[in-house]
Amino acid sequence: MTSTSSKATYVVGWAALVALALSLLFALVLSPPEANMGDSVRLLYIHLPTIAVSYVGYGITFIGSVIYLRNRSAFWDLLAGAAAEIGVLFTAFVLITGAIWGKPTWGTYWEWDPRLTATTVMFIMYLGYLAIRRMDLPQEVRSRRAAVVGIVAIANLIIVRYSVQWWRGLHQGRTLGVDTQLDGLMLFSLFLSVVAFLLLGAWLLVHRFRVAWLERQVEDMRLARALSERRGEAGGATLGGAVS
Amino acid sequence: MLRDAWLMASKDLRIEWATRVGMGQILPFGGLVLILFGLAISPDLAVAGSDGRSLLAQAAPGLFWITVLLASLLALGRSFAVESTDGNLDALKMAGLDPAGIFLGKSAAVAAQLLALQVILGIGAFVLYGPPLADLVLLSVIVILATLGISAAGTVYAALASGLTVRDTLVPLLVLPVVAPVLLAATKATEAAVYGPLDNGWSWAMLLGVFALLYAGVGMLAFGPIMEES
Amino acid sequence: MVNLAGAISLIGGFPALAGVDLTVDDGEIVVLRGPNGAGKSTLLRLCAGLAPLNGGTGTILGHDLSSREERRRIRRETGLLAHQTFLYDELTVEDNIRFWAKANRADPSTVEPILDRLDLGGRLRTVKISDLSAGQRRRASVAVMVCRRPKIWLLDEPHAGLDQSGRDFIDDIVRHAVRFGATVIIASHDHERVSNLATRTVHLVGGMVTGAAEGRQEGKNAS
Repeated sequence: MTSTSSKATYVVGWAALVALALSLLFALVLSPPEANMGDSVRLLYIHLPTIAVSYVGYGITFIGSVIYLRNRSAFWDLLAGAAAEIGVLFTAFVLITGAIWGKPTWGTYWEWDPRLTATTVMFIMYLGYLAIRRMDLPQEVRSRRAAVVGIVAIANLIIVRYSVQWWRGLHQGRTLGVDTQLDGLMLFSLFLSVVAFLLLGAWLLVHRFRVAWLERQVEDMRLARALSERRGEAGGATLGGAVS
Repeated sequence: MLRDAWLMASKDLRIEWATRVGMGQILPFGGLVLILFGLAISPDLAVAGSDGRSLLAQAAPGLFWITVLLASLLALGRSFAVESTDGNLDALKMAGLDPAGIFLGKSAAVAAQLLALQVILGIGAFVLYGPPLADLVLLSVIVILATLGISAAGTVYAALASGLTVRDTLVPLLVLPVVAPVLLAATKATEAAVYGPLDNGWSWAMLLGVFALLYAGVGMLAFGPIMEES
Repeated sequence: MVNLAGAISLIGGFPALAGVDLTVDDGEIVVLRGPNGAGKSTLLRLCAGLAPLNGGTGTILGHDLSSREERRRIRRETGLLAHQTFLYDELTVEDNIRFWAKANRADPSTVEPILDRLDLGGRLRTVKISDLSAGQRRRASVAVMVCRRPKIWLLDEPHAGLDQSGRDFIDDIVRHAVRFGATVIIASHDHERVSNLATRTVHLVGGMVTGAAEGRQEGKNAS
């Protein structure tokens, strides 16, 4: 494999593009403003799918980490890593767009509501996971430690979520999804957006995974070469040191 | 396993006693942080509608717990620095000590040091920030449970970063997001213990207990894979 | 005791051992010789169960190196003396040896006699490791090893940094170990001294065993 594209990625890629275009149309134009929130409900069509893809990504990281610890397969290790990167990417996107959109809509860049706070802590947590994947240690050690973190992170997520929710429960901020009524066309737009973003996420994931796979193969090749060079040292010695 | 835990804990505490890093360096650091907060938040600012209570006094619980978290990062780093030099981690593996026991022992030693620190830092916080005290029992329970949680979770993540030169910058990044709920719960519970009402406080204390139990379990399970380098 | 065939060990992605064939029998004293970077230390660590086996096969004391559970058993039954002290700098000689004896489940009654025999029982007992001389530190590390009673002694440059009496001490220890039924593998640059001790010499270059050896023949590789 020399390129990370394939027939599958072309199909998914184009489907994603079409779905994204359609959902943009529905979200911004065709769907009506909501009764209580007016036009600001349209942010939901981006925010909810984005964070949904993040969660799917982190879920894949969790599953991949569990399986990797069991059978040491490079596939699941690399999948877990790639999925976490996609998750972090989408989480960053949701936080930034939230801040940018928040200012003109509600007057603030930041709200201490449970969801936003928990999401930010989650973001930093997975940055830590990615930092472990880049540690300067032998590959098996790195992968094993990352797998442990990938598994425990889900428990962390739940704890952070619940504790923050409890904390801010009496100070409910302007959370999306509360006091809103979605029906018919709006629900369909939302559904379409989720599908579109999932396709986008899948497309990115496949490419990122394949890049990681290729990187691992390069490492293996480098190892094979190092091995034969090393043996050359020994061969040189037995030949009476004639070879440098 | 418990025997190994006891062995590790007493060894760690003996090293602490011999070097006095905890008392000599981490404690002053904690005190310094408490004072820095006082410098950053003017003691004259009052909080509206709280009978003239100063902002500093109102924020005292949270500031105290942040100080404890920062001190714990130092203690955790130290706990593993001791094992990284002179090949001691290898020697521990050769000895065949139970990894779960090593985890319990090391986190217990860190917890003991943190508890000692908190008694003194706590007195410092009361003196410097001037909050009242409604319930000492609740406060004691909070301190113990939160410390157990921070030690357990911190030991797991400090182990993950061990053996690296970047350990000192990686450990905070790993540990702090994970113990953020502890900061939250401990602050809320302490506010209740200090200012009342008390019911709230006990609920938050329960959350601390759950967190500590969870991470004790995680540590015992995860330490085997973490220590196995080959 | 030791049976390695085509053993490959990767340290940080680098093939420190690139295919080692080695057999060591009970009671032998084997000397590893070779240039720096040849993989002597890694080979010793492999026999101790600390370095990974990434290729080839190997058994130590009948335990398979590729199984994690078996490696744990190997670690218990072998002893490593290396450049690092494996001691806690901040603690005293006595505290260290007591701790490591307990950690290794050694018989506590053997600690005192061993301290005495290695000349650590007197004034040095309460000295911190960091305050000892190199020779004294080496003696303390040896004390821990003796408490463990390993079946294979793995010594990595044991004479390095020691004065004459220190080196004599190491030689005594090696002979003593063998008399008590242990097998010894030493990596050393101190050619004269070790060839007096050794029953066999093995040459290691570029992570592989090469060339002829005095005594028994080794498994060939490059030829």
